[in-house]
Amino acid sequence: MIVELGHFALILALMVALVQATLPLWGAQRGDARLMALAGPAAGLQLVLIGGSFGALTWAFVVSDFSLAVVVSNSHTLKPMLYKVAGVWGNHEGSLLLWVLILAIYGAAVAWFGGNLPLRLKARVLSVQAMIGVAFLLFLLITSNPFWRLELPPLNGEDMNPLLQDPGLAFHPPFLYLGYVGLSMAFSFAVAALIEGRVDAAWGRWVRPWTLAAWIFLTIGIALGSWWAYYELGWGGFWFWDPVENASFMPWLLAGALLHSAIVVEKRESLKAWTILLAILAFGFSLIGTFIVRSGVITSVHAFANDPERGVFILMILAVFIGGALTLFALRAGKMEARGVFSLASRETALIANNILLSVAAFVVFIGTIWPLVGSMLLGRDLSVGEPFFNAAFTPFIVGLALILPPGAMLAWKRGDLRRSLRAVIPALVLALALGALAFAMQSGRSALGPIGLMLGVWVIAGALTDVWGKTGREGFSARLSRLARLPRADWGKLSAHAGLGVTIIAVAAMNAWKVEDIRVVQLGESFPLGPYEVLLRDVREVQGPNYTSTMGEMVVTKAGAEVAVLYPEKRYYPVAAMPTTEAAIDFGLMRDLYLVLGDPQKDGGWAVRSYIEPLANWLWGGALMMAIGGMLSLSDRRYRVAAGARKVPAGVPAE
Amino acid sequence: MRWFLKARWADCPSYILALFLTVAPVWAVQPDEMLADPALEARAREISRDIRCPVCQGETIDDSNAPIARDLRLIIRERLVAGDSDEAVVDYIVDRFGEGVLFNPRAKGVNLILWLAGPALLLAGIGVAVSAGRRRVGIETGLSADEEARLKEILKD
Repeated sequence: MIVELGHFALILALMVALVQATLPLWGAQRGDARLMALAGPAAGLQLVLIGGSFGALTWAFVVSDFSLAVVVSNSHTLKPMLYKVAGVWGNHEGSLLLWVLILAIYGAAVAWFGGNLPLRLKARVLSVQAMIGVAFLLFLLITSNPFWRLELPPLNGEDMNPLLQDPGLAFHPPFLYLGYVGLSMAFSFAVAALIEGRVDAAWGRWVRPWTLAAWIFLTIGIALGSWWAYYELGWGGFWFWDPVENASFMPWLLAGALLHSAIVVEKRESLKAWTILLAILAFGFSLIGTFIVRSGVITSVHAFANDPERGVFILMILAVFIGGALTLFALRAGKMEARGVFSLASRETALIANNILLSVAAFVVFIGTIWPLVGSMLLGRDLSVGEPFFNAAFTPFIVGLALILPPGAMLAWKRGDLRRSLRAVIPALVLALALGALAFAMQSGRSALGPIGLMLGVWVIAGALTDVWGKTGREGFSARLSRLARLPRADWGKLSAHAGLGVTIIAVAAMNAWKVEDIRVVQLGESFPLGPYEVLLRDVREVQGPNYTSTMGEMVVTKAGAEVAVLYPEKRYYPVAAMPTTEAAIDFGLMRDLYLVLGDPQKDGGWAVRSYIEPLANWLWGGALMMAIGGMLSLSDRRYRVAAGARKVPAGVPAE
Repeated sequence: MRWFLKARWADCPSYILALFLTVAPVWAVQPDEMLADPALEARAREISRDIRCPVCQGETIDDSNAPIARDLRLIIRERLVAGDSDEAVVDYIVDRFGEGVLFNPRAKGVNLILWLAGPALLLAGIGVAVSAGRRRVGIETGLSADEEARLKEILKD
């Protein structure tokens, strides 16, 4: 019964979305306030209905209702409750339901928090949002209905892959979806502005928080996935340039560009057309990401053939929305005249450079991701694109971005003094060069990647600190300190996000350049050197887990005779899923992780053992966290909270 | 491996699934495959990080657990011991398994599009930005260089 209610609610939500997609838009065109006012309640109603539907599916998972096909193929009575709930979105149908739920949450959020939006703009935004909702609700109901019943329910389910039963992974998809779908808000605002034919500073101020929120969620989602891959997959890799990873990375890059260009719209009323285009593209890449993941077309052409209906449907959604929006853009973009002029040396120029580099980087990821598809479909050739290509073709743009960041971020709006900015970052430059040279001297004869990455990261971090310090004026030290405390949160957000990028750069370079790997056969009681450490394989024993059996090693790590850690790497076997997994044992540290993996027993005695020193691994997640926190600080800045005044923004916004 | 056989790509959340394919048991390079000479072994690892395992989707033979990946790793080491250069080893493998095993597509022929797309777009972006900027400055100020300089002088005081 509850399941039927959930199904019914979903169909009703589609009806409401149809109304919301049409009447308010029509009302906005005609100037009919009653029709426009429909949008808000409709968005709220949609959230109630889709929320109810999602609740019904969750309930089916929680009580293990095996009359539902999705529950059977993704759950098991013995599965822990956390993963029963996470199982709701751990499959195609349920994850799409989550997608539309998040869409509805965003829609309702606009209805509730958008009190200061002009009625007409609000009606149009919510209508466009509802159009996306209609498309995905149709997709859900027609091709991927989670409420499909089985005629003969089995006694138990088929369980979920044990690798996926992990807290990091349980929350990874919702965060990514909050990010993907959050970009639909930027898209809706962009299309509404195109229909309206007008973009002003206030528009930039309304769009930016949504983009920022989406970007924060994407940052966290990507970092969670990467962290999971690092500790769970057993070889210490954190990024594989896999198509599905790239699918989340492209929107992240474009959202990063968009949230910077929206500042220019907000503060200087420039870059309007470009910002609109970027908003369309960012959501377009979210849809492409959804398409790549949901259709499986890139990784395996066969998966596409297995499920042509779903792939084609998403492709149609993509074509209609992005094609439609771009057509509208081509017709209307000319109207978006820019107000603010700026000279070559100005914050505007720096942000344009940021946008070009981020967009080109996203494009490189895109072409690398689809190239195998181009090869097989258009050229009839079997082509692969992997890590070496991305390392060579993508990295230079990020290096360029990091190089221009410190002076660019300090340039004044409109007409900056490049020489002054450059002079201000000299200490940062000196520090970066000194630390880079030190690292180069210390590592003796290895690749230059590590020192260069360190230099770049220090440059970005020190530059961000210089920027904040420079905002405190020129008086005495204590006066500057007290001004520092009173800086708006947006400044702290900028510091945290930019420094986070620097920290991430350092971590990526360090993990690529200074990783120590050791593969060998180790006898029981034997020890071997690993960098400055000595690792002893003290024992290997069989251990019975709750739903697996484990071969567990006991390894003692010492440094100069002193015990550093005792680690227990495992090889597990899950009998229900008939699946072996490897559980690496990691000693987390500020400067390095010790990462031990136990392999197979060897014919002539001993065990295969893989061990790694992963330098600065925790800096990677720390850097991502700093970026996310930076976004949150910026989001909580006064100028967004006091949004009531947004409508009265004067035409010439003073520079900062 | 029951789940593996029936799991369809499309049925999994976000990028997990791709990882799944690479996941299974995690044994890649085995100690018994490794060459005694560390320099040769390092070269072998370097090469095998750029070669895709022919039966897996997005995995290098360095990471893969598939028997054919192991065979390929052994072939690479054999050729290196026989004195082949790195390029010769890669050619040897491409001759037998096709260019699809190269994770690093060679920058020639149609692949040049792939390699040059980024730099080309960068140049185009800069070009568009510069021309848009010039047009705008022209419209908005409409001052000659002399006037511009004089204005600067006046504003300085």
